[in-house]
Amino acid sequence: MYTFSSKLRMGAIILMIVGLLGIAYGFISAPGTVEEAKAMVSNAGHGGHETEAHEEHGEAVTAHHGEASHEAHAEGHSAEHDEHVFHQLQNKPYAALYVAAFFFMMISLGVLAFYAINRAAQAGWSPVLFRVMEGITAYLLPGAVILIVVWVVANMGHHHLFIWTDKEVVAEDHLLQGKSGYLNMVSFLIRAVIYVAGWVLYRQFSRKFSIAQDTAEDDRYYVKNFRISAVFLVFFLVTESMMSWDWIMSVEPHWFSTLFAWYVFASMFVSGITVIAMVTIYLKSKGYLEYVNDSHLHDLAKFMFGISIFWTYLWFSQFLLYWYSNIPEEATYFVQRIADYKLPFFGMVVMNFLFPLLVLMNSDYKRLGWFIIMVGCVILVGHYLDIYNMIMPSTVGSQWSIGIPEISSVLFFLGLFIMVVFTALTKVPLLAKRNPFIGESKHFHY
Amino acid sequence: MSNKIIQAIYNDDDVLMAAVKKVKAEKLHIEEIYTPFPVHGLDKAMGLPHTRIAIAAFIYGCIGLTVATSMMGYIMIADWPQDIGGKPYFSFLENMPSFVPIMFEMTVFFGAHLMVITFYMRSKLWPFKEAENPDVRTTDDHFLMEIAVDNNESELTALLEETGAVELIVTEKH
Repeated sequence: MYTFSSKLRMGAIILMIVGLLGIAYGFISAPGTVEEAKAMVSNAGHGGHETEAHEEHGEAVTAHHGEASHEAHAEGHSAEHDEHVFHQLQNKPYAALYVAAFFFMMISLGVLAFYAINRAAQAGWSPVLFRVMEGITAYLLPGAVILIVVWVVANMGHHHLFIWTDKEVVAEDHLLQGKSGYLNMVSFLIRAVIYVAGWVLYRQFSRKFSIAQDTAEDDRYYVKNFRISAVFLVFFLVTESMMSWDWIMSVEPHWFSTLFAWYVFASMFVSGITVIAMVTIYLKSKGYLEYVNDSHLHDLAKFMFGISIFWTYLWFSQFLLYWYSNIPEEATYFVQRIADYKLPFFGMVVMNFLFPLLVLMNSDYKRLGWFIIMVGCVILVGHYLDIYNMIMPSTVGSQWSIGIPEISSVLFFLGLFIMVVFTALTKVPLLAKRNPFIGESKHFHY
Repeated sequence: MSNKIIQAIYNDDDVLMAAVKKVKAEKLHIEEIYTPFPVHGLDKAMGLPHTRIAIAAFIYGCIGLTVATSMMGYIMIADWPQDIGGKPYFSFLENMPSFVPIMFEMTVFFGAHLMVITFYMRSKLWPFKEAENPDVRTTDDHFLMEIAVDNNESELTALLEETGAVELIVTEKH
């Protein structure tokens, strides 16, 4: 049995407190009026930045408010710009919270998918890692619930992180009116409840069967787990797609990509596998998981390497098609990201593709714990940036920065994640001892 | 020193693996093993050095990437720039996204083909080459281990019989 070390628990609590303070600071320092926002921008921005923001403004407004802005004369335009910046700066702490909440929820969901695939494939190598995966998926319920709460709060009242929740905008926007049957608060929340309930139900039953299998006389619970995992994977692929449209893609409701669901899936899958590897290495370094050997680590690192390339393949496939067809309403998505988010947009390709490609290629490095932890940190930051690039351009536009609200949000959810995951790990033995493949898994040798 | 070798034939890969470990434990040198299919872990048991094909593959991939990059640069930009889909091909960097699939494919193509050719050359295989395996049964369901005899024929025979060899042949090295 694993015991949650008091040092780690203390660390998690400190992370959460520091995170909470930073989040609170982010909300307090957000501007309350248009004048405050103007003052903040003119203090922070230098000349070049101003012009850039003005140029970008035309595009951003077109994306958000349809054609109306073009009719406004110069003075009205400037006033509207100030108003726009004000809304972006007000959005910033919400968006920061939302990105971090989604990122950690996504890790847990990615692990759940990986777990279900291993169950459904009756994999022989991974059963020694099942309890680690089950521990990580314990975060799914709190993570998803917090995410939905953040979403609701960020779209309530006069505040709208997702522009389609603003009735005034929809009233002027023909496209959004056409989508309002799908994109409205009530159906969004109903769908969210269905997704989360489905995932969590599978997670709870699978965990229950997994524990029951430990003391079972036969393989009955193992077979049950196999069956529900196969069913879950079908459910997951549908709901994960719709979740990515609802929770991320609809932040830019004029733009759509048929590849988006896969793209988000690749991101959550590689982040999830990376976290499995990191938690495994941590537990191993503390003397637990005595049956996990080099070969298990090697396999996890191979997945990190492979899925990183898979992510790049999807990222580039999506980009290439929009770049090549060059249709204005589609290309704006990337134009804005390349104009305003050059560093995070291309930086994440380096972190998520070039770096793991080059350093994880050598098979000997895939067996070194400290090395995988290091690469894993870079991959996780890279995929945080990936989510950041999906949400921020549509919510805060050119007013982005990675400052106290963003970092604090990550720290808070990291603390919560550690707290929930490692508490779940203490609940049951770390070895699923009666799994029919446990012998094969113990002796797994590459 | 005589040129004699002993050929021990096995009919199961697990028995063969056990035999190889035993022979290695006796500090005897195994000349060669012929098997009808790749036996997992046999190279490690025999103490063969680790393959360097991975390093070769990386180099071949880099060559492929370079060939693709310079090829596209010459064909599409330098030699005959065209205006395709409203994207005039005047700069490599600005038109790079459309070259990426070719760069990727050429990397894979060079890596794969040169690796196979390297493997054939390294294994001394070429078209119409006469088979080297001493016993045709090693292409079907038997495993053959060759050990050089060094004035120890009787001990060697006893040892190999103990390991479960189904047949022992002492012959001149060819």
